[in-house]
Amino acid sequence: MKLVGRKIYSGQAEGEALVTSMAISFFGGVDPETGVVVEHGHELEGQSISGRVLVFPTGKGSTVGSYTLYRLKRAGLAPVAIVNAECETITAVGCIIAEIPCVDRVPIERLRTGMHVRVDGERGVVETGAS
Amino acid sequence: MKLTPEEQAMLDGAAGWSTRKAMEILVTLGTIYGAERMVEVTSVQVAGVSYDNLGEAGLAFLAEMAEGGGRARVLTTLNPAGMDVEDWRPLGIDATFAANQQRVLEAFARMGVVTTCSCTPYLVGNLPRYGEHIAWAESSAVCYANSVLGARTNREGGPSALAAALTGRTPAYGYHLDENRRPEVTVQVNARLEENTDFGALGKVIGAKLEGRKVVPTIVGVERASLENLKSFCASIATYAGAALFHMPGITPEAERFSCPAETVAVSQDEIDAAARSLSDAEPGEVDLVSLGCPHLSLREVARIAELLEGKQVTKEFWITTARPTKQIADMMGYTQIIEAAGARIVADTCCVVAPIRGRFTALATDSAKACYYARAKNRFKTLFMPFDEVVAEALR
Repeated sequence: MKLVGRKIYSGQAEGEALVTSMAISFFGGVDPETGVVVEHGHELEGQSISGRVLVFPTGKGSTVGSYTLYRLKRAGLAPVAIVNAECETITAVGCIIAEIPCVDRVPIERLRTGMHVRVDGERGVVETGAS
Repeated sequence: MKLTPEEQAMLDGAAGWSTRKAMEILVTLGTIYGAERMVEVTSVQVAGVSYDNLGEAGLAFLAEMAEGGGRARVLTTLNPAGMDVEDWRPLGIDATFAANQQRVLEAFARMGVVTTCSCTPYLVGNLPRYGEHIAWAESSAVCYANSVLGARTNREGGPSALAAALTGRTPAYGYHLDENRRPEVTVQVNARLEENTDFGALGKVIGAKLEGRKVVPTIVGVERASLENLKSFCASIATYAGAALFHMPGITPEAERFSCPAETVAVSQDEIDAAARSLSDAEPGEVDLVSLGCPHLSLREVARIAELLEGKQVTKEFWITTARPTKQIADMMGYTQIIEAAGARIVADTCCVVAPIRGRFTALATDSAKACYYARAKNRFKTLFMPFDEVVAEALR
């Protein structure tokens, strides 16, 4: 399956998808020391976003959340790529400063946790299945 | 987006790594929000200054931007820090936090940012004029700049404001464009507004009435509002309604450009009174922190506190928070001496919202609707919401 969206930040990455239909707050919602989602009641609560292609509709919360992505990247705990339905300031800035490939405006409901996903940030393309 | 040759050169790295990063941020935001071009900005206010919010990650990023040659191209000031930069020990700040906070300010200083740490930059020399494009963070100051001054800014975050400082640009979308400054709803106020608390309560009522709709209101029925009233109102309506711009005929400069929208929401005296009551959940006997200065106090307010405290002794911890240049004038005029002789503290650079004091006090007395929100949500304090002079009386009680 090939989904074509919009470039937010360039770079190529692939990995196992971690998909949620809920918005993510990186500040306060994700533990910057471990990469584990800690927001109470979140679908991904208790799961690590590290090394995954993180798929979620949009970001929310404090703009300081951009720095959480930066901190995770420096610790080797960031997602390898991010796919959004509609990207907003916090996630976009986080991806730029942490240099995480990011694509938005793709139909994320077609992606499932556990799928192998390749992200091409420059072309705005998300592909699933074996390469 | 269409970039000028100079903007394209910044994006290509001609002005160094930090400027390239900054331009990448702005081009991406411009793309997300449908901007066709950049506008030049004349003033920037950066948020994300308190080490309590930034953490090690934020500090590392700022240090990297300073190291990478980032320099502010326009007048840039800072939001409050987590402590009084010169006199942090009396606030109960630990030495490790103080050292980290100093590293944050050093990184900003290396980038040529003016390190006055205040949420009221417009009172201490960062004062844009009508119609200027600016890039400000700090929701209360954004609302004040757009509404009261008639300057033009979106609600920036820390990194996007810094990016504007390092490039002198911001993408032209949102409140930079004429069409988005048009009011969409009329708020008819049928109540008497005098104190900062009345204006703070009005902000909360409007927030509830608009139910999360991000619309620009025109607020009619307000006959008079001082600078201090407007400062309080901006903080409240930004906190409770997410508003970045309102118009107030006879008071704000752009109001006359537009007619009042047909959709009208009325606000009664009973609703203002109920909102004011809802901001108090503490009994007077529980108050162990009294604070004025959210947003940071004007010189007139500091002078009033000195007048009320002269020759008296406070019985509770009392933080009087303001920008350092205002404190320096208070020092010069002898207000500081009177306040300190009364046992209160005049605190610069920080406030009761951003200082790392979660759980340290039981209940806060204040005249700020915004401070009540954060005292409860962030610091787990109860609150007592009362007019300015009564807050001073509470400190003496």
